[in-house]
Amino acid sequence: MKDKNNNSGMTLIVKTVTRLTVGLIMLYGLYITFHGHLTPGGGFAGGVILALSFIHLILAFGKDFVIKKFSEKIAGVFESIGAVLFLTIAVSGFLVGYFFINIYGKGIPFNLFSAGIILPCNLSIMLIVGFGLFCAFLTLLLFISSKE
Amino acid sequence: MSHLPYILCLILFLIGLYAVLVKKNLIKIIIGLGIIDYSLNLFLVLIGYKKQSIFPILSKDTQIQPMVDPLPQALVLTAIVIGLAVTMLMVAIAIRLYEKYETFDITQIRKLKG
Amino acid sequence: MTVETIISFLIFLMILGAVVAVELKDLLSSVVSIGAVGVILSLTFLLLQAPDLAIVQLVVEILALIILIRATVTRDSVNYSQREIFVKVVTMIGVVVFLISLVSIIKLLPPFGEPKLKVASYYITEGLGIKNNISETGAANIVSSIILDYRAYDTLGEATVLFCAVLGVLAVMRKVGRKNER
Repeated sequence: MKDKNNNSGMTLIVKTVTRLTVGLIMLYGLYITFHGHLTPGGGFAGGVILALSFIHLILAFGKDFVIKKFSEKIAGVFESIGAVLFLTIAVSGFLVGYFFINIYGKGIPFNLFSAGIILPCNLSIMLIVGFGLFCAFLTLLLFISSKE
Repeated sequence: MSHLPYILCLILFLIGLYAVLVKKNLIKIIIGLGIIDYSLNLFLVLIGYKKQSIFPILSKDTQIQPMVDPLPQALVLTAIVIGLAVTMLMVAIAIRLYEKYETFDITQIRKLKG
Repeated sequence: MTVETIISFLIFLMILGAVVAVELKDLLSSVVSIGAVGVILSLTFLLLQAPDLAIVQLVVEILALIILIRATVTRDSVNYSQREIFVKVVTMIGVVVFLISLVSIIKLLPPFGEPKLKVASYYITEGLGIKNNISETGAANIVSSIILDYRAYDTLGEATVLFCAVLGVLAVMRKVGRKNER
């Protein structure tokens, strides 16, 4: 894992296929989250698929390559942004008088921007679940490799 | 036998319980807790099933049909992701124990005053 | 072939997979076999008309397999000795007594396929707008409108639990334990 020829990770075929498809997997996770009020899915499924796309990068290219660009501190910051966004949406119900009430516009059914509070909440849950699971996996991996 | 799926689900739960009580390897205990997780989520969804009904999502061009009970599905949706997070925490603690005691055997991990 | 027969057959396959996963001596094989149990469970969710749950169960199963394999395959598994026969027999007797006493309680449930639907009938008619053609939430997916509009407190609690589990993993995994200070 210490060669200069970038020999860590898996073979050349796996690396080429990963370069072509990992962006599509991330886009699929975003699609399932954004259409959570129209088709099956929602924030939880989209978040886990987003975490799987990052883990795919780690498994194919080796963790040294990924940590240089995307360390676990940055992932922790994104996860906290998701949690704060969720609480902000909940507190914004105080404008009407209750905590966590649906005050955004309902819109026309079957549109993308309809159903009030559901779309921003799905987005924040995707941030919490996706980056949280990726941060925990990266910590497990760093600990295992530092003791071997 | 109209209660057969419930009874088979209960047998799956008991297999997981047997693995937690009898096995000595720490990873087998984690696998047993995972089996208990699966069986309980399946039991909740089995309660809400209705014969000759359709999934609870409306689309533009279908008629109104009787739908399956959506409330157990909403409860199980978050329970599955929480089960994953708890499994991750258990594996982290198991790795930490292996570093200290060099084994996964629970009869050797006795010295609590590390 | 009714749906009840197919679902009973799939749960029987899950029982076989679980017995194989618990009894094998090789750690890698038992982890792979529990992956098979999870995939059959996702198929069962699809047959029970729950597409949300099928998606989530499949991807969660893949992630759990990656974590378990990464933790166990680099450690050699020594053959541990079995427990004494006395412990195994007593546990089997306890499990059989538990099973017999619970079967008589399960027969009090309504038969498979006829739920009572007392609470959820309000969610279906008001949330989708079947009765007066104006929906309360504006969403087409009832499960999303339940977890984020009618019961949003539970989702807040779930996000808290997930956050605490990730914090727990970060707190347990430190580079230097106290053993190295002696």
